[in-house]
Amino acid sequence: MGVGRIPDKGAGVKIACTVNGQARTVEGVWEGESLLFVLRDRMQLPGSKNACEQGECGSCSIYMDGSLVCACLVLGGQANGREIVTIEGIGGGQLHPVQHAFVEAGAVQCGFCTPGLVVATHDLLRRNPKPSDAGIREALAGNICRCTGYAKIIDAVNMAAGSLK
Amino acid sequence: MKPRLTAPGHVLGRRVGDRVTRPDAEPKVRGDFVYSSDLQVDGMLWGATVRSPHPYARIVAIDTAEAVASSGVRAVLTHEEVPGRKVYGLEIPDQPVLAFDVVRYWGEAVALVAADSPEEARRAAHKVRVDYQVLVPLIDPELALTPEAPHLHQGGNVTRRVKIRHGDQSARADVVVTGDYEIGMQDQAPLGPESGLAIPDGEGGVDLYIATQWLHVDRDQLAETLALPPEKVRLTMAGIGGAFGAREDLSMQAHACMLALRTGRPVKISYSRPESFVGHVHRHPGRLHYEHGATRDGKLVYVKARILLDGGAYASSSTAVIANACCFAVGPYECPSATIDGWVVYTNNPPCGAMRGFGSVQNCYAHEAQMDKLAAATRMDPVELRIRNAMKTGSSMITGQIVEGPVAVAELLRRVRDEPMPPATSASALDLTDMPGGVSNTTHGEGVRRGVGYAVGFKNIGYSEGFNDYSTARVRLSVVGGSAHVEVHTASAEVGQGLVTVQAQIAGTELGVSDVVVLDADTAVGSAGSSSASRQTYITGGAVKAACEAVRERVFKLAQSELGGRQPEVGKAIRLENDSIVSADGGVVVALATLLGEDVIEETREFHPRSTNRLDPETGQANAHLQYAFAAHRAIVDVDTELGLVKVVELATAQDVGKAINPQAVEGQLEGGAAQGLGLAVMEEIQVKDGVIRNASFTDYLLPTILDMPPVRMQILELGDPHSPYGLKGVGEPPTISSGPAILAAIRAASGRPLSRVPVRPHDVVDLTS
Repeated sequence: MGVGRIPDKGAGVKIACTVNGQARTVEGVWEGESLLFVLRDRMQLPGSKNACEQGECGSCSIYMDGSLVCACLVLGGQANGREIVTIEGIGGGQLHPVQHAFVEAGAVQCGFCTPGLVVATHDLLRRNPKPSDAGIREALAGNICRCTGYAKIIDAVNMAAGSLK
Repeated sequence: MKPRLTAPGHVLGRRVGDRVTRPDAEPKVRGDFVYSSDLQVDGMLWGATVRSPHPYARIVAIDTAEAVASSGVRAVLTHEEVPGRKVYGLEIPDQPVLAFDVVRYWGEAVALVAADSPEEARRAAHKVRVDYQVLVPLIDPELALTPEAPHLHQGGNVTRRVKIRHGDQSARADVVVTGDYEIGMQDQAPLGPESGLAIPDGEGGVDLYIATQWLHVDRDQLAETLALPPEKVRLTMAGIGGAFGAREDLSMQAHACMLALRTGRPVKISYSRPESFVGHVHRHPGRLHYEHGATRDGKLVYVKARILLDGGAYASSSTAVIANACCFAVGPYECPSATIDGWVVYTNNPPCGAMRGFGSVQNCYAHEAQMDKLAAATRMDPVELRIRNAMKTGSSMITGQIVEGPVAVAELLRRVRDEPMPPATSASALDLTDMPGGVSNTTHGEGVRRGVGYAVGFKNIGYSEGFNDYSTARVRLSVVGGSAHVEVHTASAEVGQGLVTVQAQIAGTELGVSDVVVLDADTAVGSAGSSSASRQTYITGGAVKAACEAVRERVFKLAQSELGGRQPEVGKAIRLENDSIVSADGGVVVALATLLGEDVIEETREFHPRSTNRLDPETGQANAHLQYAFAAHRAIVDVDTELGLVKVVELATAQDVGKAINPQAVEGQLEGGAAQGLGLAVMEEIQVKDGVIRNASFTDYLLPTILDMPPVRMQILELGDPHSPYGLKGVGEPPTISSGPAILAAIRAASGRPLSRVPVRPHDVVDLTS
């Protein structure tokens, strides 16, 4: 949909990976495409956001084989054979406690940073179920929010940590 | 053909003053909210923009042949293909849709490409050959004022000159302090890139799905450019990833529509971050010279100020920005005499326009530094000096306008002063993230000094100077699934500030209906004006209230005609509550669902607040503004005086919001607005050298992270404006005005350095010249 043929005359690459628990295959991917573009424009998973596309803002944070990465810094081809979890795969049918806490705490304004922050918070609480405020700040330092001033994001992380106990 | 958009969320049982979570928060946390950069339809093309590599050059020739022949290319357009008016602009139509004759700034749009894929479009854009005759750029705004400077536009380089002459122009004072101040160029840096999708309708018209602050002003400019009647240019709001002023001007709107109409295919344009830095206007950099005269006991006698703003290559909102910078030049103080001279000029620097708090953000650094100098010169406490001069209810502006109450400047200052102080950073329980320099491990407390600073500021809410400020709301009451249901439809932009809950809360309050939905904003309803000037809760809130009142009147009439003969209590019906008509004694007269049945009641209303007047060109005297909003800040900083590194430890603020319609959203505005103020104070600057932006990325343009932003202590006052709906005041901008100046004052206090420029850089804090 809307992606068209690849710019170079070659056949492109084929990517077979698991995304949010489902086997996905895309073919004819231009070698220069980021995983973020593949997810957003070829797999119709636009939840990961394209704010800076150079790994500075964290808006495209996803899991790749269980590690938190910026999808914009991963080539699409590098995802072959990997297990990917995006914001669309957090919580499944209902809201994950982290998502619920972001809603309740008022940590969402324009929301463009939110998917990345939700995934990064999910990762933080997996590693450290009861982080200090300093620990929260350090863990989320790679996620830029332009709207909230971060206070309600810290509230949301603490709220989520409380409900996950 | 339509792209998928986010389904509007229901707000259930919420009233004005309730703490309301956002209906759009759930799709946003799920990653399911459709922003303008997420839009997709089958068969769409991707647009790319050819941009000038020079800040000032004559265009000799443009050769598109190689680009046209490039793989996947469907169209290449230049200024010759602009169907209608070749220029646009919010106040002065001076900016080319695509450059012709000359380019006036680095990154100006020159040509367009549509191709099957984004990479093909990018590659073809590089193959458009533009032959430039490079000219010497005019980069110094002072030089732009001189007769020797080349004229960048017909009529010269002064976009607007503002003069304010208030009181005794020959006033003298015992205590005189002067200062020169410089403000850097800040970027709004909304996280969502400029983006949108234009879909031709096959009948010569176009539908544009877009993230903008004002649908109708975009629509009107597009109709001119596309040479189409307005009804053939239909705009629908897609999700907006922040705005802060950056989405007031057109960016890719006309370009996507031109490509779509030319190719007959849907065309999407989505800027990269570097392109975004040249794709929208920025906060005006400024140079300000101030002289304050006061009595020995610290009462202001006069203020003289010379304010020069660099508007860059095109006008955008410059004329309003310089008016604000001058009207609010002395701060929220009583000042018997003022002589203010302001200019905003054209240069070949990046165009500047609206950003949160415009005009007041720049001058607040100057007037607050001056008040601290006066405090030092009169040996007074800085807060006491401010309180002694604070505006009160009924005080006069330097424009002669009486500021109607309540005005609580002194109270705001006392509140932030009396907040408890945070504890000293403990060297024994050392956490590096608490230190200036953070985990760079540059100090364990050696050379670190604490400083405290105060600032207060104010700004106009709503449009000023006679601009026709209004908004339109359509409210529809019906029965859905056996229950009363209200739909609110406006063209207002939900940029993240929380207008979606405000509209639902007002409808819920006025109609007493539990289930309220705020529909997608589009041009099928009348204009709402822009989401700027902190005006939407007041103006669109007022329109929603007015439309609800009209619906309510019809409900009462319907009840009278249907039931009046049989139920005498219908005559006593006074309000709507709990999905019912309720009488004065609280008894239910009739449920709305029962009364309405299949009927639908729909009303559309415009809300027009009091009108304002243009500044007198010679004296600057006028009732130019609708409403004034005030905030004060206290900042605590730790400064590594050896390395010039700053850690903002805490901010405290007090703000009169009139009435907090949604306290959670108000808090979010106070915290987020303060963060943008902090950014300008200590880190954010678009660095322009010889007209070229040197840091057009988030790697090089530094934004406050969660490590940079301290906790904010907040006191929210609800003093009630007698003229506005529910007594509310605009909330969004005041937090961005005085937060930075308070931080700068605190850094001065900690470092002992005069510091007259923002953002403060390490080499400003550490005197490298001594």
